[in-house]
Amino acid sequence: MTVKYLIRTFVFAALLLASSGSLADMRGSGDLGVIIERASGSIQIIETTNRTKLFSVEGLGDLSHASVVFSRDQRFAFVFGRDGGLTKVDILTGKIVKRVVQGGNAIGGAISQDGKLVAVSNYEPGGVRVFNSQTLEMVADIPAEYDGGLLSKTVGLVDAPGNKFIFSLYDAGQTWIADFSASNTPVITKFTDIGLLPYDGLITPDARYYIAGLFGEDGMAMLDLWHPEKGIKRILDGYGRGEEPLPVYKMPHLEGWAAAGGNIFLPAIGRYEVLVVSASSWKEVARIPVHGQPVFAMARPDGRQVWVNFAHPKNDVLQVIDVDTMSIIKTFKPGRAILHMEFTPRGEQIWVSVRDRNVVEVYDTTTLEKITELPVDTPSGIFLSARASRMGL
Amino acid sequence: MMKMLSQSPARNVFISAGLFFLLLAFSVPAAGTEQDPEPKRQRELIHLLVQDCGSCHGLTLKGGLGPALLPQDLEGKDNEYLSEVILEGVPGTPMPPWNVEITENEVRWLVRRMKEGEINDR
Repeated sequence: MTVKYLIRTFVFAALLLASSGSLADMRGSGDLGVIIERASGSIQIIETTNRTKLFSVEGLGDLSHASVVFSRDQRFAFVFGRDGGLTKVDILTGKIVKRVVQGGNAIGGAISQDGKLVAVSNYEPGGVRVFNSQTLEMVADIPAEYDGGLLSKTVGLVDAPGNKFIFSLYDAGQTWIADFSASNTPVITKFTDIGLLPYDGLITPDARYYIAGLFGEDGMAMLDLWHPEKGIKRILDGYGRGEEPLPVYKMPHLEGWAAAGGNIFLPAIGRYEVLVVSASSWKEVARIPVHGQPVFAMARPDGRQVWVNFAHPKNDVLQVIDVDTMSIIKTFKPGRAILHMEFTPRGEQIWVSVRDRNVVEVYDTTTLEKITELPVDTPSGIFLSARASRMGL
Repeated sequence: MMKMLSQSPARNVFISAGLFFLLLAFSVPAAGTEQDPEPKRQRELIHLLVQDCGSCHGLTLKGGLGPALLPQDLEGKDNEYLSEVILEGVPGTPMPPWNVEITENEVRWLVRRMKEGEINDR
């Protein structure tokens, strides 16, 4: 009797301890993020509060060009790999939940406004495929057909209000809206003749304007989503002023984070400049000379700074533009192949991938001093879970 | 030792001849592939191919915005033509000229290497 009582007390105490232990282990995912390890097909899950690595997750295939979107509860990361792999990772446990290889050669993806659909942009076969975000079962296949049967590579895929996806056709010079608001059989609206060789696209943070960068022309293609009936409008026409463009050794990326102070900051193509365009008049406001061909121009969430990295062979430099004075206030040289940057949600830190040094550096964006660096194998994209609550990311 | 050698002219001739053939032995394979870059440069070129050409053609060279560059894709294409495309670029397309950092000798080696495949940057 006494022994039984002791055992019962012990078991009860142990259970209590165990449960309080797991309660202590519980955490949110709002300060977590994913770093792509480009060469090894793995990702690191990190947290930005104490700046540590939590998990290494392997077996995600070819991540030579990869991007990530997050579920609306910020628990799951959807990783889009070059080989068409779509992998759903639980970032709280560091485990792969589900993985499908949905195409032959993919470039990126997006998650719908309601969080139920994940879309993947493919080069091969050219088009967009859409999946149930719970099960990763395909719900829609949108081949990017043009000129009577040819398939175009698709680029610049973003989500838009009204459960829409927008993307552009690289080979065809078109922008398509796929509307999933009524059913999983999308209503497609096509805009043709937007310009030659759209290479990427962005949606402004207010999700009103979609802009496609054009490699083949001296300008960009803009669509006002409040008035799609007005069609594509050409902006920044002739920004190169007819001068011979410089060779581009890496295509710029456009992301919806480049809006600051009522202006949008865009990498020029074939010019060592960041273009500043008014988000109300769509006229050029300024152009800021920079170190090389810009790849990413990313605005700090408060819009006061824009950080810029560059294409090969000038990819060992990172520059900071002060939006107030439109001038470079800092030039860093962290090492070769600075591939990506990501601000923490409120912008007090920026995380920077320095591929050839196998580190991710973290800077304080107020002092512009380096806080720390973490060893990461050939780091490329850095994606923080706060992206879950931003349209177009 | 040196003293002994200098005391024997016959041995000197032998050694000279030996040295000559030794040099010849080294120079013969070098003559056949005299334009091959040094091993260190070869590694740099492979790094460039995988990482930087890979920006558009894919890290595994199976294609991206740019076309695939695997052996089966390059088969039958003239080496001189491929070399020129790399060095001069293709106007009107995103393919830039690489002659600012790759020499003619290096590009010939690179094209041969690309046709062999099994390229690994690690």
